Amino acid sequence: MKVLVAVKRVVDYNVKVRAKADGSDVELNNVKMAINPFCEIAVEEAVRLKEAGTASEVVVASIGDKSCQEQIRTALALGADRGIHVEAEGRPEPLEVAKLLKGVIGSESPDLIILGKQSIDGDNNQTGQMLAALTGMGQGTFASEVNVGDGTVQVTREIDGGLQTVELKLPAVVTTDLRLNEPRYASLPNIMKAKKKPLETVSPADLGVDIQSHVTLVGVKPPAERSAGIKVESVEQLVDKLKNEAKVIS
Amino acid sequence: MKTLIVAEHDNQTLKAATLNAVAAAQQLGGDIDVLVVGSGCQAAADAAAAVPGVASVLLADNAAYENQLAENVSLAVADVAAGYDAVLAAATANGKNVMPRVAALLDVAQISDITAVIDADTFERPIYAGNVIATVKSSDSKKVITVRTTAFDAVPAEGGSASVKAVDGAHDAGVSSFIGEEVAVSDRPELTSASVVISGGRGMQNGDNFSMLEGIADKLNAAIGASRAAVDAGFVPNDYQVGQTGKIVAPDLYIAVGISGAIQHLAGMKDSKVIVAINKDEDAPIFQVADYGLVADLFAALPELEAAL
Repeated sequence: MKVLVAVKRVVDYNVKVRAKADGSDVELNNVKMAINPFCEIAVEEAVRLKEAGTASEVVVASIGDKSCQEQIRTALALGADRGIHVEAEGRPEPLEVAKLLKGVIGSESPDLIILGKQSIDGDNNQTGQMLAALTGMGQGTFASEVNVGDGTVQVTREIDGGLQTVELKLPAVVTTDLRLNEPRYASLPNIMKAKKKPLETVSPADLGVDIQSHVTLVGVKPPAERSAGIKVESVEQLVDKLKNEAKVIS
Repeated sequence: MKTLIVAEHDNQTLKAATLNAVAAAQQLGGDIDVLVVGSGCQAAADAAAAVPGVASVLLADNAAYENQLAENVSLAVADVAAGYDAVLAAATANGKNVMPRVAALLDVAQISDITAVIDADTFERPIYAGNVIATVKSSDSKKVITVRTTAFDAVPAEGGSASVKAVDGAHDAGVSSFIGEEVAVSDRPELTSASVVISGGRGMQNGDNFSMLEGIADKLNAAIGASRAAVDAGFVPNDYQVGQTGKIVAPDLYIAVGISGAIQHLAGMKDSKVIVAINKDEDAPIFQVADYGLVADLFAALPELEAAL
């Protein structure tokens, strides 16, 4: 079984992102970049499937400018076998990313495609679902458990009231939630080995996609500030304030 | 302008999140229809028909839609969407699952999790876990939008009298099936619609200690939530999680107990009307957003609070 994992290069989750002073966009100069945490969970799940003997090959794809090869190398160091870089300038939107990944699926024919449920920059939570729609595949979104069977996969999903399990025909798309697994750290020998793993670059045109824009960014601003209130000295004072000042309890 | 709202329901009842989506649709202007896709869901459709401001309710009732499988439901929605300028749903787990699939079938973008309507093409939405608010403009002729429910005050559930029309055709993509669900059953109000929420964090130390929150929750008719740290540590199940990747809540009163206040947690609760923080670390970031902060050992403060209520 072949597994395709898509990864995205995003601002490191430890960085506190701010709007630029002119409000045109977020400040991304000299900011540390990393693999999107949900994508890292996707890579880990694929590598575990390979270690369990379920998957025979793990291919990792990323879409973006040259710099996203760094994140492909990270995924290779975590245990993926080879990489595909779809070279695209700017910030392709989720629908366009889904179309490009559909192109990759066309040439790779994976049995299972694993993506993060959302990227921590745009917070869109769309690409996996869109890819599943475009390819007519079933989708197991927000996965907390993945069990591959014979021609099918069972996915346990995090939903509003708890957990739901669905069964999908393969090939299928899975998107990862936080509790699917805990990704490993890449060891130094594996980081060195990853440099020699194959990494191919393709263009959107190779995949038959002409990238469109549907949404433009008008501007960004900081969220409404919430100022700190007061410190109370005791539970008694707290209850008094809630009753008589805030009037939220009776 | 004609807007279609995809109802959030469990086949019997209409979920309150639908009322927030209707409120967002009213800001777009024009006619509002509601689509109920489910199985044996006449009651949910009748409830949608009673929502003021709804022109008509479309009912797609088929066994293939019983468990809201996205593969089937998205085909039904995309079919009906042909006659509309905008398709909206609440950004619930279900809305997030189904709507991007609808957008891709219609070959348009989705605008996720909007928090404000500027005009028919322009919307605000939080990005980077709510650290930045982006204003985005769509050039698609048909909009597919999910709505952050806490950003739009719900319309009333009663008072309208729309007609209910059945939608022809059934879609079964045949690629997915429902196996089962483990849904927590509780007498408490739902986390996302409760007027009071009390949440525990890593400071609770273990799952058993969450029982200390229950007595208080009972007295305040509150829902119980948790930080990601508490969920990841296995104290409570995932459906308790409040935060950017969990549930977004905005109750009248939010009580954070033993929660430090990581950005991702704040993103899920900072629109609450009144925030109370109880934490023994006086430098905890949660105090920067709290209206009332109590620096105290929660194991002493919680029993005292329960007794005082």
